[in-house]
Amino acid sequence: MSIENTTVAAISTAQGEGGIGIIRISGNEAIEIADKVFTAVSGKKLSEHKGYTASFGYIKKDGEKLDEAVATIFRAPKSYTGEDVAELSCHGGMFITKEVLRAVLEAGAKPAPAGEFTKRAFLNGKLDLTEAEAVIDIISAKNKAAARAAISAKEGALWNRIEIIKRKLVTTAAHLSAWADYPEEDIEEVNEEKLKQTFNECMFDLNKLLETYDKGQTVKEGIDTVIAGKPNTGKSTLMNLISGHNRSIVTDIPGTTRDIVEETALVGDIVLRLSDTAGLRETADEVEKIGVRIAKERIDSCGLVLAVFDFSRELDDDDKALIEQIKDAPVIAVINKADLDGKLDEGYICNRIKRIVKISAKTGEGFESLEKEVANIAGTENFNPSEGILANERQRNAVFEAKGALKEAVNALEVGMTFDAVEVALEDAIEKILELTGERATEVVVDNVFHNFCLGK
Amino acid sequence: MNYSAGKFEVAVIGAGHAGIEAALASARLGCKTIVFTINMDAVGNCPCNPSIGGTAKGHLVREIDALGGEMGKTADECFLQSRMLNRGKGPAVHSLRAQIDRRKYSDVMKHKLELQSNLELHQAEITDIRKTDDGYILTTRMNAEYEVKTVIIATGTYLGGRIFVGEVSYESGPDGIFPATFLGKSLKELGLPLRRFKTGTPARVLRSSIDFSELEEQLGDEPPVPFSYETEKLGENKVKCHISWTNEKTKEIILENINRSPLYGGKIEGIGPRYCPSLEDKIVRFSEKQRHQLFIEPCGLDTEEMYLQGMSSSLPEEVQVKFYHTIKGLENCVIMRPAYAIEYDCVDPTEMNATLEFKNLPGLYGAGQFNGSSGYEEAAAQGLIAGINAAMKVQGKKPLVLDRSTSYIGTLIDDLVTKGANEPYRMMTSRSEYRLILRQDNADVRLTPIGYSLGLISEERWKKFNRKQEQIKQELYRIAHTTIPADEKLNEILVSRETTPVTEGTKLIDLLRRPQLSYSNLREVDVVRPELDSSVFEQVEIEVKYEGYIKKQLRQVEQMRNLEKKKLPSDFDYTELKGLRLEAQEKLNKIKPLNIGQASRISGVSPADISVLLIWLSQGKNNEPE
Repeated sequence: MSIENTTVAAISTAQGEGGIGIIRISGNEAIEIADKVFTAVSGKKLSEHKGYTASFGYIKKDGEKLDEAVATIFRAPKSYTGEDVAELSCHGGMFITKEVLRAVLEAGAKPAPAGEFTKRAFLNGKLDLTEAEAVIDIISAKNKAAARAAISAKEGALWNRIEIIKRKLVTTAAHLSAWADYPEEDIEEVNEEKLKQTFNECMFDLNKLLETYDKGQTVKEGIDTVIAGKPNTGKSTLMNLISGHNRSIVTDIPGTTRDIVEETALVGDIVLRLSDTAGLRETADEVEKIGVRIAKERIDSCGLVLAVFDFSRELDDDDKALIEQIKDAPVIAVINKADLDGKLDEGYICNRIKRIVKISAKTGEGFESLEKEVANIAGTENFNPSEGILANERQRNAVFEAKGALKEAVNALEVGMTFDAVEVALEDAIEKILELTGERATEVVVDNVFHNFCLGK
Repeated sequence: MNYSAGKFEVAVIGAGHAGIEAALASARLGCKTIVFTINMDAVGNCPCNPSIGGTAKGHLVREIDALGGEMGKTADECFLQSRMLNRGKGPAVHSLRAQIDRRKYSDVMKHKLELQSNLELHQAEITDIRKTDDGYILTTRMNAEYEVKTVIIATGTYLGGRIFVGEVSYESGPDGIFPATFLGKSLKELGLPLRRFKTGTPARVLRSSIDFSELEEQLGDEPPVPFSYETEKLGENKVKCHISWTNEKTKEIILENINRSPLYGGKIEGIGPRYCPSLEDKIVRFSEKQRHQLFIEPCGLDTEEMYLQGMSSSLPEEVQVKFYHTIKGLENCVIMRPAYAIEYDCVDPTEMNATLEFKNLPGLYGAGQFNGSSGYEEAAAQGLIAGINAAMKVQGKKPLVLDRSTSYIGTLIDDLVTKGANEPYRMMTSRSEYRLILRQDNADVRLTPIGYSLGLISEERWKKFNRKQEQIKQELYRIAHTTIPADEKLNEILVSRETTPVTEGTKLIDLLRRPQLSYSNLREVDVVRPELDSSVFEQVEIEVKYEGYIKKQLRQVEQMRNLEKKKLPSDFDYTELKGLRLEAQEKLNKIKPLNIGQASRISGVSPADISVLLIWLSQGKNNEPE
């Protein structure tokens, strides 16, 4: 039995590791949706198969072959989640895997929230009751990761552009509301042509957003990694060491308006998008304060923190403040300047941060252990380097669905439906976008009514 | 010395719009009920606008009526002029509003309370509420003590009421009636967190001092439509309203004197509603607007008092005289009652369950402005639910909670108890996500079965209701099976309605689906149409035309209801559930939602928190013995 009626999908393999990428779809319509994107070489539809069967074929999107894939289907209740499940195994790699997920979402699945598969498995009785605590822990951990991802998403260029469209739609909905709820007030008539124009403009903008997004111009690949630490611990040297290690793939990412240097580098098998931040310390200097504030925000939103400490100096308040800030984040403590005499209290760090490596960024000594720790942390259950990107994928899906709802609003206008029906479609579009922030359309619209219109007794 | 004055099952404090519905409902459900009013002449008073209904509020009145409440019927009896607002904007936002005779309304309501069996109406100020083991003891200012099982607080703007007119301020209820000054302290001692809200009303002016000659008239609908499903016929509209505008001069006078406003001078601490600001508020907040509209509405047939809708103010009386005189038609107007602002005590509604019972004080209920709402209709709606639930409690029956998809009443209460109110809460159609199914025309379909099962709907009305539903069903069947030939007559109609002509016979239902066509357009070609009440055709037409949208909303309702079915305990400490984020733990502990659906609407509770709750819930369920 399905607890909720929605069918959800997500990438179920850790990303960034290469090999095989699996997209899992679960819910009543899982197999139907899989059939929409997957064509078996045998020509047989997945819905005609029994459970536990795999077939080889192609993923298609908009009529074009995306990738070869193996589709495995599981029939309820004999699946991980206890629902109908289809798993599409493709050739891995962040790009392809994401493209396949996208095709699945466009075919009607919803992006799975944090811990959703495990939750469904539990609610459908597939997991032992004694595991409830563990399930709650997983969801809770993923919730935190998702919250971090949401913060990071809000910083993105994509977010800003969604915001602009959202504002336009909310203003229009507020006008419709004020016009309907205050029929006797002096409110500008709602003009059908103008409505249509606004909807079409927003649809055009949403479409453009999807296109640029799909070209990858607004998404950067890799784990968003911040190198943090107080001044003079050797952050820049570490950055140079990591990026210098594999010069062939280092690319400069221009366009950051902040005082943060970004580079993309390969550490072992993992792609890191590195940013070197301002040294973290208490300061009275106004300009430096801004730098420090930005650096702290980056730490709260990134996917991985490399916290750098100076082996040759004793821990001070700035170090301790950093440890406090990062202790719940995915973090590796990098004790630098291991070639000098040690004065650092390693035990203090050990007690608070699980992963520690000792290196000399200057000589390169200890770099392998850093590589190993990065690989380790990327492989753990709760570390999801793709959360940031998944958050982006959710944004993309929201944009896609909002576009669909707007199209309905335009249709309603065109067939001559009354504005109450048009408004419901419009609010649907707004709701889709607001799903990203957890706000509710009716509240946002009512707020805007009072903000923008002069109404009263 | 206190004396013992009697025992009751339900006591209602206040006989305004909330108190009336509460008292009538509980008495009609068989509970021995007493309702206290501070002033016997203020029962069912309308201290602000002389009208009932309006956008979304008209929906509420219809819903109250569909459940067996009184407001709609009394409004029909006292109507002066009636209009269906928003015709042409779509059935979801059609709203009925009636100008009423406010003195008559008060008299009719008072008389209904007097005639109601099981009900005692008593003039008294309640000064103290004391909790006992199985109920409460109420004390009046006359030292009478009442032993009661349940209490409904419906104190409106009387509780700690204070009036402001410019520099002048004094303790008072509305319309110069004395306030309830002692009860607030007692409520605080019971642990209720009170806060100050503010509202206001415009001046009443003498009809003969107004020059109507150049003002735009506003007439009622012909024929006027009643609120109540029981009212057969309304009669004709009896009055006209008029429209005028403020101007630059009005603005100038107000801005010159703005520092004399208690609000801008900082004397009022209460939070006023954004949606019904005083004129000075509108002028300051929307300074780019050159003029503001006002409606001149009669207060009754036996009075010359006229209400100036849109012109509420708390400026000094002398300034009011000056600025009212700048308005066209009001140049020589004589003010009979000045405009004023009133500040009053109300409670944080998140202290209550959706049953309107206080979570920490079993048997104590709140309704109306006391709960942070605004408006007669919002008050009456809550009063009805509080009255029903107090009676259910006394009789040991299941309480009535209307979910958001059933009604505006349910939406109103859910908003109040789940999100709280930072300002007086007014109902709006925009507040309902299900507004295409929560229409004023189908309130009976949605709620009359509930009213009947409670015992608030008469057998006669129930039969009439069922007959109508049967007729709707038959008519839907008929139009689905009636083919209209594609003759010249039909195509003439289609062309004249600017919709595509047909080449072959077409089902009547498919023609009615077209937004351009209606029953009345198709009369000529629909030759076998039965004689039915217009409300039947209206239902059928809306159901057919909006079918796609309605179905979509019904699917959303189904999803929501699945979550509402998963009940949460009322006595659980959510900090024990470690998987929840801190913010979610705090909010859940404060709101104590009745079910997962309500929990999901609390801001600060994320979908992942809901997952944690679901898992925790199913764990508990599985542990229970079968």
